[in-house]
Amino acid sequence: MQEPTTRISDSARPRLPRGVRLTHSEAQGGWVLLAPERVFKADNITVEILKRCTGEATLGAIVDDLAKTFSAPRERIHADVVQLLGGLADKRLLEL
Amino acid sequence: MLAPGDTPKPLGLLAELTHRCPLGCPYCSNPLALDKRENELDAATWARVFREAAALGVLQVHLSGGEPAARRDLSDIVKSAREAGLYSNLITSAVGLSPQALAAFAESGLDHVQISIQDSEEASADHIAGYKGASARKCAIAREVVRLGLPLTINMVVHRANIDRIEPMVALALSLGASRIEIAHVQYYGWALKNRTALMPTREQVDAAARQVEALRARHHGQIVIDAVVPDYYARFPKPCVGGWGRRSLNVTPAGKVLPCHAAEVIPELEFWNVRDHSLADIWQASPAFSAFRGTDWMREPCRSCDRRGQDFGGCRCQAFLLAGDARAADPVCHLSPHHPLVVQMAEERAEVDYSYRRL
Repeated sequence: MQEPTTRISDSARPRLPRGVRLTHSEAQGGWVLLAPERVFKADNITVEILKRCTGEATLGAIVDDLAKTFSAPRERIHADVVQLLGGLADKRLLEL
Repeated sequence: MLAPGDTPKPLGLLAELTHRCPLGCPYCSNPLALDKRENELDAATWARVFREAAALGVLQVHLSGGEPAARRDLSDIVKSAREAGLYSNLITSAVGLSPQALAAFAESGLDHVQISIQDSEEASADHIAGYKGASARKCAIAREVVRLGLPLTINMVVHRANIDRIEPMVALALSLGASRIEIAHVQYYGWALKNRTALMPTREQVDAAARQVEALRARHHGQIVIDAVVPDYYARFPKPCVGGWGRRSLNVTPAGKVLPCHAAEVIPELEFWNVRDHSLADIWQASPAFSAFRGTDWMREPCRSCDRRGQDFGGCRCQAFLLAGDARAADPVCHLSPHHPLVVQMAEERAEVDYSYRRL
């Protein structure tokens, strides 16, 4: 996977901008992230991360919450979240 | 043959709401025979089509034309797309679109706006569009889109008259506040095929444009997304047209015919069904036009035994028909096609002639 160029700090409050929507499609049988001329299938981990990107929670708080909810090492969760969100920010699909 | 259960699910619906348009761009993707206003589907039928599309798996609807703003009931149509749960994208020339209408669409849940620009130089842009004052109005409406908080894509169709100005066109898009740019080389069907010698760029222009796009992508990474559609006639392999026939998208004409791609009506052997007579699901799964070139069984050599058959699907059926005279032939853009020399020759044919503007 390509390394994102956008670095996200723990105090950033990520959110999906207007025109980028996470939605469940019955017909496609899963969650999808919809953006201008783009459709991404969202796996469960992606959905859990994106649902928390409300513009209120900080990145640090999102990682804490995920680590607690899934009883997973914080460091690994942090790396996954930064990878996913940095990639979306590179494509202008996330606001910080 | 694909079993019924194996029919892929479409992701996108191109809704051509009308063929009416104030502009006359000589590369317009509409067919040469345009639908008349009295034959257009009403808003209630479009709402049903959107609901059926969503049930079929469609996630995004592209509200296009012609110029969609030529319809007075566009606001109802935008609303019904959202009510059907679809992501809605308004593809507009911006001419004839008022700030008030735009604000109403934003209120009804429109997700994204795409505005075309013809050039960075105003006089040239207006000449290409065949409409004086078009460029200034496009820029004003583009700023309004951004002011309303809607994401904006600027689409630029490039050809011989503007291909040397990709950099200033990208700069214009940035200054308007776009978050995405689409650079599309003219595809030679319909009106563009008619204007081919007036539009065709040189090989040197195409190569310089490709280098320019790469440099601009690197320079603006993270700031703006630049998507580029490669110029067919200079390629070695064909494009995977519409992501494969009847595989990912469908197109509904103003009068309700459902096509696998917007140009498909040029292939005379195809029988299209209409949303006035059939459900979208029936049309997708069973209409003759969609079944005709779905999968790979219809292929002939060199496609049939080609390693790339599941990747580019033999290229474009319309182009095969238009240039090789056979919709089952390999797309002549492919260097393996026996008709490829014709494409090479056509790419060399240029003439300084007036545009034949698209008119109803």
